[in-house]
Amino acid sequence: MPDPLYRMARAEALRIVHLDSFIAVFHRDSGLTHLLAAPAPEIMATLGEAGLSRAALAARLAAEFELADLDDAALAERLDELVACGLVAAA
Amino acid sequence: MGRAVSDGRLLARMLRTPGNALALDAAGWTALLAMARAEQMIGTLALRLDGLALPDDVARILADARASAAQGQVAALWEVEMARRALAPLGEPVVLLKGSAFAAAGLRAGEGRSIGDLDILVPWARIDAVEAALLAAGWEWVKPNAYDDAYYRQWMHELPPLIHRDRDRMIDVHHTILPLTARITPDAASLLVNSVAIGPGVRMLAPSDMLVHAAAHLFADGDLAGGMRNLWDVHCLVEQFGTAGLAERAAHHGLGAAVARAVRLSAALYGDGAALTPGDHACLRRVTARDGWGRATRPVTRLAFYVRSHWLRMPPLMLARHLWTKWRTKPD
Amino acid sequence: MRHVFSVRIGPVGFRVGSAWRAPIAQLETLYADYPKPDVPDFSVRLFPARPWRRVIRPSVTIGGDFMLPDAAPLPLEQGLLAAEMGMNLQMALGQRRYLLLHASVVERDGRALLMTGVSGAGKSTLAALLAARGWRLMGDEFALLDPATGLVHAFPRLVSLKNAAIEVVTRALPEARFGPLLAGTPKGDVRHLVPDAAAVAAMDVPVPPALLLFPGYGFAAEERAVPPSEVFVRLTQASTNFVALGERGFDALARLVKTVPARAIDYPDTDSAVAQVEKLWAAL
Repeated sequence: MPDPLYRMARAEALRIVHLDSFIAVFHRDSGLTHLLAAPAPEIMATLGEAGLSRAALAARLAAEFELADLDDAALAERLDELVACGLVAAA
Repeated sequence: MGRAVSDGRLLARMLRTPGNALALDAAGWTALLAMARAEQMIGTLALRLDGLALPDDVARILADARASAAQGQVAALWEVEMARRALAPLGEPVVLLKGSAFAAAGLRAGEGRSIGDLDILVPWARIDAVEAALLAAGWEWVKPNAYDDAYYRQWMHELPPLIHRDRDRMIDVHHTILPLTARITPDAASLLVNSVAIGPGVRMLAPSDMLVHAAAHLFADGDLAGGMRNLWDVHCLVEQFGTAGLAERAAHHGLGAAVARAVRLSAALYGDGAALTPGDHACLRRVTARDGWGRATRPVTRLAFYVRSHWLRMPPLMLARHLWTKWRTKPD
Repeated sequence: MRHVFSVRIGPVGFRVGSAWRAPIAQLETLYADYPKPDVPDFSVRLFPARPWRRVIRPSVTIGGDFMLPDAAPLPLEQGLLAAEMGMNLQMALGQRRYLLLHASVVERDGRALLMTGVSGAGKSTLAALLAARGWRLMGDEFALLDPATGLVHAFPRLVSLKNAAIEVVTRALPEARFGPLLAGTPKGDVRHLVPDAAAVAAMDVPVPPALLLFPGYGFAAEERAVPPSEVFVRLTQASTNFVALGERGFDALARLVKTVPARAIDYPDTDSAVAQVEKLWAAL
């Protein structure tokens, strides 16, 4: 797939609890619980339901969260993880 | 008053006429609940009895059963969604079978139903592409045994079972609804052509085809294990969609007799009764072979049906070879 | 099922059916002071896998509403253990109202202490020793957390003591009632302690949790705080029904993790453990 758009799960489907440096996320649509550490929460907060390409996401992360040193390969891996667990859909 | 019968007909009576349950004593309730659990129908029972003035213990147990069934459906429908995401790049819709279809489409047959694996139907021509897409999306093979794999691929109506490595849930990918070795060969292409959309990228069989599949699953594919739930599915489908055009559709798939029997049996158990043949009575005995402790009873009847179901799936010579090989490779 | 026993333990009722009289007789004796349920939540069955196994080298296969397909049977002399394992299995696989945590629970001053960790870390032993020092025993296998209220409900089954712990506890509790010594079980020697009258009488009194401990054997007595995210992960691993409970389970666990302090303690011997526990409790 050439340049997919990554979309967040619906906000109403997420129940989020902050625990020290992790967040616990209950995903109502799946019934699954995920424990996420940076930069996953930041990625989720930035993506939104409209969707962003990986390049656009990288740019926004750099601007809003000062995550400029997150290299492309690492970002791709984090996105793959979020897609695999169902919190993000790639179209 | 209380329990007049101590086999599956107790459960059937309560599902057919929920008000009967008010006459149960503690022992009767205990037996009914054990039976319902053993038949995977406690969620269904809980919904049927909703609103009745139940004893406190029972009300609590059934409330928990309803919550459990509801959460189970969330998980099952999520498997549907993840399968849809995995197959979307192929342009292949997910055609759901059995419980997942009933739940996804909000059918009566899905209410309170426990759902196990995800069963989907795909065209024979696309099975390799579907297999590759699922493996890429995190599903893995369950069985490493090479013989079983060759047998499955060559003769069965589905891929060998796949399980998702993170979520630990199974998916069964079918390309027809009976094994290729079976004496009856339904029209798989027609099942797909007549399928009905439930949502974007998700479909189910047409109502008559769902009934044909339920009958095929019950008689020609299985040994009638799980028959009480299967016949409840048939009963709900008939109630919701009626039987117009069903006989013709069943005949087209070569399953006329099986479907007619399924309709008679579900009417006898859950509906307004039916005129039963001697063969029907034998099936009912098998289907209701469950006692008040949830144990399967009537072992001779069950064995007869197990042998019969294998005979239906495989010609005798192949069956002998299959059982010989399995016996040879059995551990210990 | 030829012989039947039923019992209510905290909010959960069981019936146990058996092909043999002996395990039922033992259950009747040991649970004599417990109430009976009207309609039990779960059924356990003790049966021979093959008909001749009822009399020839009799061995007990454990069944019930929920079963494990390849579970090995136990010899009839360990029938009591089979019944207890059967009840554990029904809870582990079938409990849907309370969030289950694999933990022992004791109560003091209207608040609960939960001790959780891997098998063999000493949860049952510590619970029994604290009971000897005036704490109320609420359970040694499962903590039952009510998602609606956040309270812990007592589930005081027979306390399962293994190997060296048997002597330690029988010495500490000379007045207590014990079941028979079961030698050569899959977990070694096992003996069951019957919860005392106070524990049984207060069985239906739930209390809020106040302290969560992760005990373990160590060379020297040590203690450290456990951060919430670690507690969360360890407790999901210690729960058999977290996923099945869905959002209720998540909320119950998040609330526990955010409101109850958690400590990991290493202890070289049980006296040291008891001292550490009482010191931490006093400091709350």
